[in-house]
Amino acid sequence: MSPLLQGIITILVGVFGCVGYFYAANLVLDKVIFPARGPHAGRNINRATAVRPWLFLFPAIAILGIYLVYPVVGSFVRSLYNRAGDEFIGAGNYATLSGDPGFQTALFNNALWVLFVPAAATFIGLVVAQLTDRLSWGNIAKSLIFMPMAISFVGASLIWKFVYAGDPDIGIINAVRDVIGLSPVDPVQIPFWNNFFLMFILVWIQTGFAMVILSAALRGIPEETIEAAIIDGANPFQLFFKIKVPQIMGTIVVVWTTITILVLKVFDIVYTMTGGNFGTDILPSYMMSFMFRDDGRATAVAVVIMVVVLPVMVWNIRQAQKEMR
Amino acid sequence: MDNIAGRNNGLKWAVNISVVLLVVAWLIPTIGLFVSSFRDRDAITASGWWQAPFAVELTFRTRADDAEPRRDGDSWVVEGNIFQTSEVADAFQSGGAEITGFGVIGREPARFPAGTEGETRDGGALTVNADGSYRYVTAEEPDDRGLRVYFAANTPPDFTLDNYQTILTAQTADERAAARAGGATFWDLLSDDEGVFRNFINTFTVTIPSTIIPILIAAFAAYALAWMDFPGRGLLIAAIVGLLVVPLQLALVPLLNLHNQIGIGQSFLGIWLAHTGFGLPLAIYLLRNYMAGLPRDIIESAKVDGATDFQVFTKIILPLSFPALASFAIFQFLWTWNDLLVAKVFLPSDDASKVMTVRIADDLLGSRGGDWGILAAAAFVSIAVPVLVFFTMQRYLVRGLLAGSVK
Repeated sequence: MSPLLQGIITILVGVFGCVGYFYAANLVLDKVIFPARGPHAGRNINRATAVRPWLFLFPAIAILGIYLVYPVVGSFVRSLYNRAGDEFIGAGNYATLSGDPGFQTALFNNALWVLFVPAAATFIGLVVAQLTDRLSWGNIAKSLIFMPMAISFVGASLIWKFVYAGDPDIGIINAVRDVIGLSPVDPVQIPFWNNFFLMFILVWIQTGFAMVILSAALRGIPEETIEAAIIDGANPFQLFFKIKVPQIMGTIVVVWTTITILVLKVFDIVYTMTGGNFGTDILPSYMMSFMFRDDGRATAVAVVIMVVVLPVMVWNIRQAQKEMR
Repeated sequence: MDNIAGRNNGLKWAVNISVVLLVVAWLIPTIGLFVSSFRDRDAITASGWWQAPFAVELTFRTRADDAEPRRDGDSWVVEGNIFQTSEVADAFQSGGAEITGFGVIGREPARFPAGTEGETRDGGALTVNADGSYRYVTAEEPDDRGLRVYFAANTPPDFTLDNYQTILTAQTADERAAARAGGATFWDLLSDDEGVFRNFINTFTVTIPSTIIPILIAAFAAYALAWMDFPGRGLLIAAIVGLLVVPLQLALVPLLNLHNQIGIGQSFLGIWLAHTGFGLPLAIYLLRNYMAGLPRDIIESAKVDGATDFQVFTKIILPLSFPALASFAIFQFLWTWNDLLVAKVFLPSDDASKVMTVRIADDLLGSRGGDWGILAAAAFVSIAVPVLVFFTMQRYLVRGLLAGSVK
């Protein structure tokens, strides 16, 4: 069967299956199990109301349970076993990891990514949001800077492969160097700094995201505070740094953490640009080098990533609970 | 506001200029890829894409075989036009090229400037003019194959769809011409399993069910979390927020093993399920936030009028939540279309079932690493769809981002 046909059938089965499930489950609940008539009509209605939420939630909870909760536990358990998965070795995989220079490089680079990418993307995004705020063609400018968000990491890497190419007739960076009279270099092979050239690709993608959110936040600042500052004689820079930025600090933190989480997941850029060579490995790409080969170590790396994400997760939950109260 | 204080003309100019610079800097890489995808590989390596609208100097080699040698006194003379010689005639069909230099050995293809006389290896004299006309005088009778001539020519810019046709069908221009001559239609060529067109279709096959199915499941759950009262609701919402940030990497190994055990293995069904699972937290979160903001009056009056929860959901909540549904659909579409990790792990690794991203990252970058035209065209095919969706649906995307920006 061709995948295309299979896809159409899946859509039909999925859509009708879902609708059918919800409709039939409701019908059964109201008409068969707890019918709203007979001697216990009132009690039955109450019971049906108590059960219904779980009916609505059941498919979601089942899928989330299998596809997100189980793997967290499953990965942790698997990381305690050896390569073949038949022998319990406790923290063996973690011990091997901590002794592996490749892992240390990946961890160090990941720390660089986590520090640099969110900071750079948020900062540039904030600057663009402020600059375009009162511009007549601001929306066009924003939409063009936002555009890389739609491009895949693989596509973006290819785009930047052209920019970084060593041949001065292909790579624009080396073309500029050529004009100045410098010899061509391959940016992705310069030790240490190549990390930043890779990071910039992600900054290029994420700046639009930061800009859109921060631009909305800037618009939400009460006009009176700005007017008051202007009357008090604040210059544009004071206005921006002392009046506007403090008022949108909450949003800046949200943008920052969102990008941080993303950084910890992205393996595509390193994978396509260097394949982890030239000392550019990060945890997600380091994990991929064990995927399909040594599940024990791959899951151990995944657990390390999870541990790094954990504080952000807790913070997010706290924020969400605060909002709900 | 603009005319009050804190803003002067100079600053306005500075702002305008810096925004222009930023936009240009942000666009240049993409434009480079776009332009390169329409140039053939020789032109790409000969000059930068920013020079694409101008003529490029390329070197060619050919044989002076378009005219018969004739006797002139005690020497032989060949006169003809270099652009019409058999080896390069195809490349100069459109005309407009101009010869800058020529030579007779491969090491120095442009040793003599156009219009001057150069000495050939057999002691003869060769003159090639800028317009391509040449005159070759030699003492011995030239052989049938003609004199080997190298030359450099300014070739006018030539934009071609050849790269796109080559990657979509996985056949070179010559192979395509042969197949067409054999009676194959372009559609036959596209249907070839080797071509990227197959991967393009695969991407759609992965993306569309992965976008539609989570929406339905999430919508019901979001309604329950927003408008139904039951014990444990707060805990569930907190759990959803927590699951939003679970790194995908964690899910790969256990889920693949699970799929293998229950017989799904690496297949389209597996990746649909995986994308559904990974997309659900964001879907529920976005939709719940949106639904919770809907006016309470509407829902309560509907209930007073005797509507059941199911009816309230399908007749009132679902139509009202359209903007949120649209924003999630766009997110999920972009995310699944652009995904590399999930596709690498959950789809089989043969060429016929790869999606675009995997094909580009694993295949084209590896084996076609040096063929920039092909790479650019392939990348652009994969970028075009999401960018189109992005520009047409930007409103919903922005709204979704603002509603709940955690993924």
